[in-house]
Amino acid sequence: MNTNRRSFIKRSAAVSALGVAVSAGLITPRTVLAAWPKAAFEATDVNGAVSGTFGSDAMADSGDITLKAPEIAENGAVVPITVTSDIAGTEAISILIPGNPTPLTATFKMGGNAAGFVSTRVKMSKTSDVLVVVKAGGKLYSSKQEVKVTIGGCGG
Amino acid sequence: MKKFAVIASALCMLAAPLAGTAANPEQDLKDFKKYYTSRFSDVPLQDFTNGVYSIDKASREQWEAFEDFPPYEIYVDKGEALFNTPFKNGKTYASCFPDAEKGMTHKYPYFDKSRNEVITVELAINECREKNGEKPLKYKTGDIAHLSAYLSYKSRGKKGAVDIVNTPESMAWYERGKKHFYAKRGQLNMSCADCHYYNAGNKIRADILSPALGHTSHFPVYRNKWSLASKSGDGMGTLQRRYGGCNKQVRAKPFKAQSAEYRALEYFHTYMSNGLVLNGPGVRK
Amino acid sequence: MAKSIKVRAKLKGGETVVKALISHAMETGQRKDKKTGKKIPAHFIQEVTCTHNGTEVLTADWGTAISKNPYLSFKFSGAKAGDVLKMSWVDNKGESDSVEAKIK
Repeated sequence: MNTNRRSFIKRSAAVSALGVAVSAGLITPRTVLAAWPKAAFEATDVNGAVSGTFGSDAMADSGDITLKAPEIAENGAVVPITVTSDIAGTEAISILIPGNPTPLTATFKMGGNAAGFVSTRVKMSKTSDVLVVVKAGGKLYSSKQEVKVTIGGCGG
Repeated sequence: MKKFAVIASALCMLAAPLAGTAANPEQDLKDFKKYYTSRFSDVPLQDFTNGVYSIDKASREQWEAFEDFPPYEIYVDKGEALFNTPFKNGKTYASCFPDAEKGMTHKYPYFDKSRNEVITVELAINECREKNGEKPLKYKTGDIAHLSAYLSYKSRGKKGAVDIVNTPESMAWYERGKKHFYAKRGQLNMSCADCHYYNAGNKIRADILSPALGHTSHFPVYRNKWSLASKSGDGMGTLQRRYGGCNKQVRAKPFKAQSAEYRALEYFHTYMSNGLVLNGPGVRK
Repeated sequence: MAKSIKVRAKLKGGETVVKALISHAMETGQRKDKKTGKKIPAHFIQEVTCTHNGTEVLTADWGTAISKNPYLSFKFSGAKAGDVLKMSWVDNKGESDSVEAKIK
């Protein structure tokens, strides 16, 4: 597959999208300032994606992050992922899939009252690690687990 | 090789009652359940309604994660809205389905004695539309699957209660469905039973074959595979959409949805899960 | 038009467990239309925001690899039964939706 032909979202479209959302009262100006990190989501390498998100890619492995993901995905298009971070002061959790054309999948930013917990469903184009990066106290921590994506037979 | 010999001899044994003695659906049902409960002796009978997840622990966990907030809820809501939207003549589907709210799909498909044919939920939906001056819906996907999902959701908890009626005509439909289930077809020369009866629990490539017992309890289903193929992400499909897919997978030409052939199969197939508690709609890979 | 967001928010031992399902195609922009052979344009949710009593409890930035009909669950403290939780999303085409749910 030709990955350098990825379609880019036109900046003008993105700006008008935010304009609509703001005028509709959907998002607060604070959120607008923290606009969608385009460069991080379009990075094709993990380090670029992490530093595009957090400003640094220096992370330490942590045993305080519990990543629940299937060993073998039933369907790579819908892989349930649950992340629990027991690191005090967890501010953000990013999910990355190094095997995807663009690894950054999602970043969840916790408000003051939110627990270090998030659960979602992700697409995986092939067998890959799932990498979780947690930001806490200005530092980055990570944990990973491999998820196998198989080509099925007939299915469900 | 040994497996094929087993299948072949089992099929020969089966061919005998098909050809000779009178049909005995009640005995069939008993034998069918007994086969699965002894093949999977640690699976409680009612758990077969969970399909392959009743016998595949690894994938069950993922399925349970989906069931935690299943994507079909979106389409059950759509079905409910459609169900309550009046036709141009002011009536709603409730005029055809007075029991929809308290659950009705456990009695489907049923044999209509006056017409001498098997009526499925989806057929009844379209007949209701036509009776009220509306165009019939396309079978297999979209609105009809959403309506069916809603009706099936409302019937959760009811025990399958398909009535085989026992007239020569209804028996002919039953026998036709049974024959479809056990007959080999397609370039791969495989029957429904080859996969979902004789080889239930065995692997076909990366998949574990689901037992046919309990198959019908959770339809219609939202398949992630179907969702991916749809532009909007709508993964809902009816039982007969799945029949078509199964037939194609053994490289046989599928029958039309709601054809007599598939209605007969649905009649037999659903009867074989009589007494199992309905839990549709379901979510599948 | 039915709301695209379904939210359940339940209090469990002082913590509110939020589970949400959003009806959205989450198109990656990498797939081709089988009939026309043309690429299906990317169409995906970029931001999800959740507020409780006007305070943000969670914001999420999403890329194209969040599954179709996205699911999201998180937990937060400090809410009581009957409080209102607001969730909204904006996608790359500027489409948006929001919903309010009572915490049970």
